[in-house]
This record gives sequence, C-alpha cells and structure tokens, in this order.
Amino acid sequence: MAEIRLEALAHSYLESPCKPEDYAIREMNHIWEQGGAYALLGPSGCGKSTLLNIISGLLTPSEGHVKFDQKTVNGLEPNQRNIAQVFQFPVVYDSMSVFDNLAFPLRNLKYPKDKIDQKVKEIADVLDLTALLNRRANHLTADEKQKVSMGRGLVRDDVSAILFDEPLTVIDPHLKWKLRRKLKQIHEKFNITMVYVTHDQLEASTFADKIALMYQGQIVQFGTPQELFETPEHTFVGYFIGSPGMNIIEVDLKGSNFIFDDIKLPLADYLDPAAIDILCKKEAPNLKIGIRPEFIKITNNVSQCDNQPCFECNVLDIENLGTYKIATLQLGQQKIKARIAEDAFVPTEKAMISFPKRWLKIYLDEYLFREKNL
Amino acid sequence: MNLKVKNNKAWFLVLPVLALVAFSAIIPLMTVVNYSVQDIFDNSSVFVGTEWYREILNDPRLQSSLIRQFVFSGAVLLVEIPLGILVALMMPKSGRMASLCLVILAMPLLIPWNVVGTIWQIFGRADIGLMGAFLNGIGIDYNYASNPIDAWLTVLLMDVWHWTSLVALLCYSGLRAIPDAYYQAAKIDQASAWAVFRYIQLPKLRSVLVIGILLRFMDSFMIYAEPFVLTGGGPGNSTTFLSQTLTKMAIGQFDLGPAAAFSLVYFLIVLLVSWLFFTTITHLDNKK
Repeated sequence: MAEIRLEALAHSYLESPCKPEDYAIREMNHIWEQGGAYALLGPSGCGKSTLLNIISGLLTPSEGHVKFDQKTVNGLEPNQRNIAQVFQFPVVYDSMSVFDNLAFPLRNLKYPKDKIDQKVKEIADVLDLTALLNRRANHLTADEKQKVSMGRGLVRDDVSAILFDEPLTVIDPHLKWKLRRKLKQIHEKFNITMVYVTHDQLEASTFADKIALMYQGQIVQFGTPQELFETPEHTFVGYFIGSPGMNIIEVDLKGSNFIFDDIKLPLADYLDPAAIDILCKKEAPNLKIGIRPEFIKITNNVSQCDNQPCFECNVLDIENLGTYKIATLQLGQQKIKARIAEDAFVPTEKAMISFPKRWLKIYLDEYLFREKNL
Repeated sequence: MNLKVKNNKAWFLVLPVLALVAFSAIIPLMTVVNYSVQDIFDNSSVFVGTEWYREILNDPRLQSSLIRQFVFSGAVLLVEIPLGILVALMMPKSGRMASLCLVILAMPLLIPWNVVGTIWQIFGRADIGLMGAFLNGIGIDYNYASNPIDAWLTVLLMDVWHWTSLVALLCYSGLRAIPDAYYQAAKIDQASAWAVFRYIQLPKLRSVLVIGILLRFMDSFMIYAEPFVLTGGGPGNSTTFLSQTLTKMAIGQFDLGPAAAFSLVYFLIVLLVSWLFFTTITHLDNKK
C-alpha cells in the first residue's frame, strides 16, 4: 500500500539529451494516491510504458525521483519495490501448472507452505481459476493466461501497487469487459493502487476514477473522465477524447473578433473584458478555439440561436450511427463535426449553428486559456 | 459424394523426386540389405539368410566397440550440453562483443574432422605438443599413444572442443528468442537467478536442446576421423569405435556380407535411439 510520487521526473533513452524531443518523459510532477484506480491514457509512443517501467523499477529514470510513501526508490530493483506488473502479452511460466505459477512469487519469498496454499486458493477463487489450478499453464487460452499473470501480482500481501501495461490487448472483445469488471472488483476488494496503461479511452474511463492523459512525454491533463471530456486542458485532450474529437479551429485576433476564413466571432460574447485585455497584449498569439461536436447547437433559423452569434453553413454529410447522427458541416474553409441527438432537428442542405459560451474553449499555445488564472 | 477428381497424370509430377530418392537412398540401402543376406565370392553368391546377423551380434569385438561407443556418446552429451548452455548464458546479449563471440564460436565448426584430429594429434604429443609437453613438464604423466585413458580423454576433449560451439550457438539463439517480458515478470516476482534459469530459460530452450542432443548423439555415434587420425583406434582397441570396426571389416578384410549386416544394425541403432529420445520428449511435453 503506497502513495506513488513522481518528482521532477524525466527520462531519455539517449546518453546526452539536449532538446525536449530527446526525452521520452519530459519533466513531470505527479502523485498517484494510495488506493486509487488510475488510467494512463495516450497514443502509441507517448511514453506511457516508459513511465510505467520507471515506476516499477525496470527502468531507472535519467532525472528526478520516484517516491513511494516519501521514500525515494530510484535505486531499488523491482523486487525491492513490492510492485506487481501485468504486461501486454500474458507471461506465464509454461512448464509449471497454474497453481505453481500463482505460488511462484510466494515461493521466491519463502512463504510457509500452508500460507502459500491458502493464498493461492483465495486468489484463484477471486479470478475464477480454481478449476484450472492443476492444468499446465501453456495449455490455457490468452485470457486465462492473462488472469494468471494478474494473479501472480495479487497473491502477495505486500504489493504496494499493481501496474497494468495494456493488459487486454490480446484478449477477445467479448472477454474484455468481463476481465475489466474483474479488475474493478479486485480493486474494490483489496484497495490496492492500480495504474492501468491503455490507448483506448473507453477502457480508461470504465476502469479508472481518474485518467492521466499523456502526450509527447508529458501528462497534459489529470482528471476524471468527465473533466477530460468537458474541459480539455490541452488541444490534444480535446482531439483524443471523444468520438469524433473536438472541433479545433485556428483563429486570428483582429480588433474585437476572433477571425478564421471570413467568419467573425465577437470576443465580448465569450470572454470578459479583463481576459480580452490579456489576449490583446500578446503578440501574434497562437490561438485556437475548440468545441465538442456534442455541444454545437444546430437550428434552421437565426431566431433560435439564443442571442449567440449564429453562422450559416453547408451540410456536407450526415452519418447515421443508430442512436445519434454525426453531421459534417462546412463553415468557411473548416469542416466541422456536430452530433445530432436522436430526436433533434436534422438539417438537409443548409444549417445555422452556434457555439454556446459555456462549451467554447479558447486555447493559447495549445493550453486552455482561463480567465481567472491570468 | 466424392468430389475428388482422379487424375493419374499427377503421378508424373512426383516421378523426378521418386527417381532421385531411389538412386540416392533406396537402391543403395537395398544393395546393402542384399549383401547382408548373401555370401559373396568372386563371381557367385550364396543365400545365407540371417547367418551374418547372428555372427556379428555374437562377435565380442563388435560388442565391446558398441559399449565403447555408447559410453563415448554419453560422455560427449554429458559434457557438451551443460557446457554449451553455460557458454550461451555467459555470452553478451548484443553489441560488438556478441558478434565477436559468435564468430569465435563458429570457427571450430568450420574445421574438417580430420584436420581437428591432426591438430590435436600434434597438440597432445608428449615430446613436442604444446599440451602434451606442458602436462609432462608439470609432472603429469600423459601419453595418448600408450595410455588408453589418455587417448580416450583426448578424443573426448577433441570432440568437446569441436562441437560444444554448436550446442552453444543453438542455445544462444534459443535464449535470444525469449521475450524480455519474461525476465521483467521474473524480476517482479522476485525470482532468483536459479529460478529464472530453471523455470524460464531451460523450458524455453527445450526445443533447441532436443535438436542439439539429437545432432550430437548421431554425430558422436558415427565418430570416425578423429580417433583414426590420433591413434588409429589404439592403443589396443581403446578408441576403436563402431564406424572404425565397420570400415576394417568392410575394406580391410573385405567381409562384405557381415559388414553389410553390421551397417544395417548400426543404422537401426541410431534410428531407434533417436526415435526413442524424440518420442519420449514430445510425449512428456504433451502430457496434461
């Protein structure tokens, strides 16, 4: 049981990194609290697995500290850290039976025999492996093997955290949700800190209480699935979370308007004067606006736009996805996706759209621009 | 309903292979079978049935060389397999040193058998050989030409020197094929180095070891050139193994009948032992 703290942590696979691009993990500070269920989400190659291996001790970070309950563990080998890790491809010791596999970590720790028996049976019961205990591990199916790998992490009383490195990649879809639920149950039962690496947002949001979204070696946002959806802190979060992702449009600041193509959005409709002041002082700011397809309001005439700026656009395509539809709209040169709820108005050739103030996000240098913080 | 289209012309396609196999294997083998049941004089031959078989199986010279042969092959396996595994485990995993090791290991394998024999024949000579003279110099009485045990050990050493590389290379490739995740999982499971070897590396080496053991058994069971070059099978008969006994019989004494019977028995022994070994191993693997 432990809280895992990353302090000024950075890692590079190169010997003498200088550019930020040389780092697989760029300097970060982060805390995984004891007992939490976390997901580490991000695209391939963003540094998720590197970060996981640093926490478990398979990799030594080039800079910064990893602390378990305030104790620096940088120099410690994985076996001294009391961490369990489940890998992408199930690792079972195939010359051994399932029982021996589960007992392996305990035997290595020289537990007494009756204690081993009791622990293995307990864990086999939780994971529904009891019937397979006497089978040779190499004859198991992929999901059974993965359960055995998880079991080896769970049998030890002393594990401070279990790390999962995309554990469901090789599992059949219909077994995925079963195993995921099992994990959730285990988490509730044993109150162990769990960090789950995945590139699948659905997996992340069903498993975790809080998601850390990684991009280019950094955690760009750490929050509940809802926070990631509603208030993306970074344009990448907007793009990566949601299906389809956030509409992100590059804009210029001219006079008192955001301008893209020949469309004008009056600043005063979205920001208060103090914030406008700050933005106007920046020289050639890298500005983007973002809005989720779910929050775009589509109507057929101006009067329904609730006094918000309203734009006419061409309907390029309507995709019917069963319970909802995705409209692709052309506004200026931009293609904008909007989600239309089941019983809502479906435009045909032309539509009027507006961006509700609450859901239009403004990004300065890719990060969310907040009025109160500045 | 039978949907198979019968087309007997297809057999013509198999014919070339059939002819090749016939001329390279079946016909020579059948000739040997033919010899083994006849007594051949200059221009005539008499059918003798199983007489040659009975004769050679009761020949004490043959029986003793068969026993010697088994002891030798057993010793070869006992030394080369563990040693090969050990060498493979100690080799660097990647980089320039790994390539260098591979080249050095591959070198003995490129040397022909009789050259290996000659190298060791000179190397071991008690008067001028580097090893032989050195051993005698520090007071160890070593002479392969007069002492059967020394001769025996020299042949064994020669074979180990020549062929351990093969086992090591096979094991090395087997070890490299083990995914890193296994070592990482073992680290996390707090496994000791011995446990890693016993439960990860050794089981994963199983298939290459089967190949290695089979190759080394068959090869050492047919050893000919090395002892022949070293001492000509002596001193006495101490390093006269099966193939040499056979050659003496077939070419030296021109006993074609018994030699043919002997060849077949020899062949069957190699086949039988290899088959027994292989089926036992695969059987164990499929259990449960």
